[in-house]
Amino acid sequence: MDLQGFIHMGGYAQYVWPAYGLTALILVWNWWAARRSEAEALTAAQRRNELARERSS
Amino acid sequence: MSWTWFHKLASPPHAYRILGSLAPWFGWASLALILLATWWGLVKAPADYQQGDGFRILYVHAPSAWMSMFAYVVMAIAAGVGLIWRIKLAHAAAAACAPIGASFTFLALATGSIWGKPMWGTWWVWDARLTSELLLLFLYLGYMALRASFDDPQRADRASAVLALVGVINVPIIHYSVDWWTTLHQPASVTKFDKPSIQLAMLIPLFIMIAGFQLYFGWAVSRRLRGEILRRERNANWLREAS
Repeated sequence: MDLQGFIHMGGYAQYVWPAYGLTALILVWNWWAARRSEAEALTAAQRRNELARERSS
Repeated sequence: MSWTWFHKLASPPHAYRILGSLAPWFGWASLALILLATWWGLVKAPADYQQGDGFRILYVHAPSAWMSMFAYVVMAIAAGVGLIWRIKLAHAAAAACAPIGASFTFLALATGSIWGKPMWGTWWVWDARLTSELLLLFLYLGYMALRASFDDPQRADRASAVLALVGVINVPIIHYSVDWWTTLHQPASVTKFDKPSIQLAMLIPLFIMIAGFQLYFGWAVSRRLRGEILRRERNANWLREAS
């Protein structure tokens, strides 16, 4: 398949590409949100540990 | 039978470590499968004799619709286990599933809408399949809103678990809606007990994409569940060593 025909998608380009683009967007969002959720929880846990250490010393 | 393996698995520090070592495997395998399926579905698979290249939306629509229901069932089972056996980790797992499932439900609705326009001539129709899938999105959002409305995590766990369990009734309704009612949405062509009515050359990339999405879900749940464990295990000693 040539590149132009591929991009054209048999006349369905305006539907196929937004559908795939949106899928990529949702997958990237999940990736970012899940990593951020874990990282935030870790930072908060570390802060709590430091506070506890300060209090006990 | 010894239950020690179960108690060990359900112990937060153990689960935290296991999830941490599983996640990269899930992540890289899902990336490889999703890229392979995207190439296969967009380039290698033959065009449909009726829908031409428009049918290629199938490779993102059907897997996201599948994941929207799969994630809900996992969430409901986890919530049920948490409710019956009072396992905190199970409630945490249910909470981790919700935003991922909601995003896949949104994706299924949006890609379906984009597909519907050229094939049905409309973005949306209130038929049983589409309506019950929209209800699924509201169930996810309701579950998350309910969790967020409690300050006490234990009460949030219990209340949201009841909602998750009641809502699971909607999953078979979504699945069988195309058989029970007259819908504009086509009936099942893959998940039939006899032969699937779709060509193998078109089916292979679909299965690869579904496998990729499953692994991706595994990755995202692992990451979010680790976060949930950290948030809940406020004063545990093991946290001091882990963080």
